Amino acid sequence: MNGAQDMGGMHGFGPVEPEPNEPVFHAEWEKRAFALTLAMGMPGGWNMDASRFARENRNPAEYLAMSYYQIWFAALETMLKERELVSDDEIVAGHALHPAKPVKRTLTPDDVEKVLHRGRPTERETNTQATFKPGDQVRAKNINPLTHTRLPRYVRGHLGTIERVIGCHVFPDSNASGNENPQWLYTVRFSGSELWGPDGDPTTAVSVDAWEPYLEPA
Amino acid sequence: MAHTHEHDHDHSELSETQLRVRALETVLTEKGYVDPAALDLLIETYEKKVGPRNGAAVVAKAWADPDYRARLFKDATSAIGELGYAGRQGEHIVALENTPKRHNMVVCTLCSCYPWPVLGLPPVWYKSAPYRSRAVSDPRGVLKDFGVTLPPDTEIRVWDSTSEIRYLVIPMRPAGTEGWSEDKLAELVTRDSMIGTGLPKSPKDLK
Repeated sequence: MNGAQDMGGMHGFGPVEPEPNEPVFHAEWEKRAFALTLAMGMPGGWNMDASRFARENRNPAEYLAMSYYQIWFAALETMLKERELVSDDEIVAGHALHPAKPVKRTLTPDDVEKVLHRGRPTERETNTQATFKPGDQVRAKNINPLTHTRLPRYVRGHLGTIERVIGCHVFPDSNASGNENPQWLYTVRFSGSELWGPDGDPTTAVSVDAWEPYLEPA
Repeated sequence: MAHTHEHDHDHSELSETQLRVRALETVLTEKGYVDPAALDLLIETYEKKVGPRNGAAVVAKAWADPDYRARLFKDATSAIGELGYAGRQGEHIVALENTPKRHNMVVCTLCSCYPWPVLGLPPVWYKSAPYRSRAVSDPRGVLKDFGVTLPPDTEIRVWDSTSEIRYLVIPMRPAGTEGWSEDKLAELVTRDSMIGTGLPKSPKDLK
């Protein structure tokens, strides 16, 4: 979706302001919101792309006004409510008011290290062949789905070069609604001048990782 | 997205968020979906155990050991795994080599993708609108925000982390470090030098 999360190339946000000796978290609630989000992935049954969509799928003004962990937390509430694991009256009451819905698994303390170490790899076996090879010229398609996508607006319609064939990976656009539908993934390089015209710096280049359905031969 | 820290928010808003998070944790615990002890372990892992010192060890080894360096650029996930770093948000890692001709810089314009096993959780600025918006259109300007100026003929290559591939920048080894141990070399490696918004320290910075 063309939401506020897709920020590449926007103007007016001001300089980057690194914080010296920054702590990992800035408040106790950030720690809990972070850990709840990770821990609920298992009983909630959602994947990374579903979480990303829940975060970006909001009014741009609201997105821009929220802090990072506020967005995470709002998305967590959304996903819990969508799956009827929690209801509004329970959040207001601060207590369980309805019977728990059966879930497949929960994260136990004994599992934490193992689960984090295993991660969630997204590469999949395939018997299809990659259409493009390194050096091929491609154009990023001009797509504007209302749903989740990982093709940023600033590259759409632009010419790039395939730099690397990464492998066959879960396709975010469908995975956000639970269908992995793996596709070939490429690193595609765009010159600064191609992306930003005369306002671009010709000594810079940007690459994105793009799945095959995002690309057409050029 | 507001890159201001929570202490910049007004007090009532902060309290409301705090209360809401606490309320949700209680509900989820009462329903048996989460175990607060597991939450504590998750927090402890990323506050105390996993952070940029992991990445610094990788970089130092790549500087000191040519065979390791070759393995790292061939298959970073596996080479980093040799040191015990793996997993969540680092399932597929690619190492990027800085040279006098090319400087690499990593961003996630769409969210906050970052190689957790080697760098820990991202700093606020990495997730902020100023960085995510300008890293791709004005990387030299962003570097200036970090006090870094590179020669005009050095290519700046920006990697937008749009997939589950995570990128780790391997900066150039500082001059005057011949014969140094990996441990000592690791002291020169800053977090920002592995994102590409900074350079490693020089030997005189350690004195």
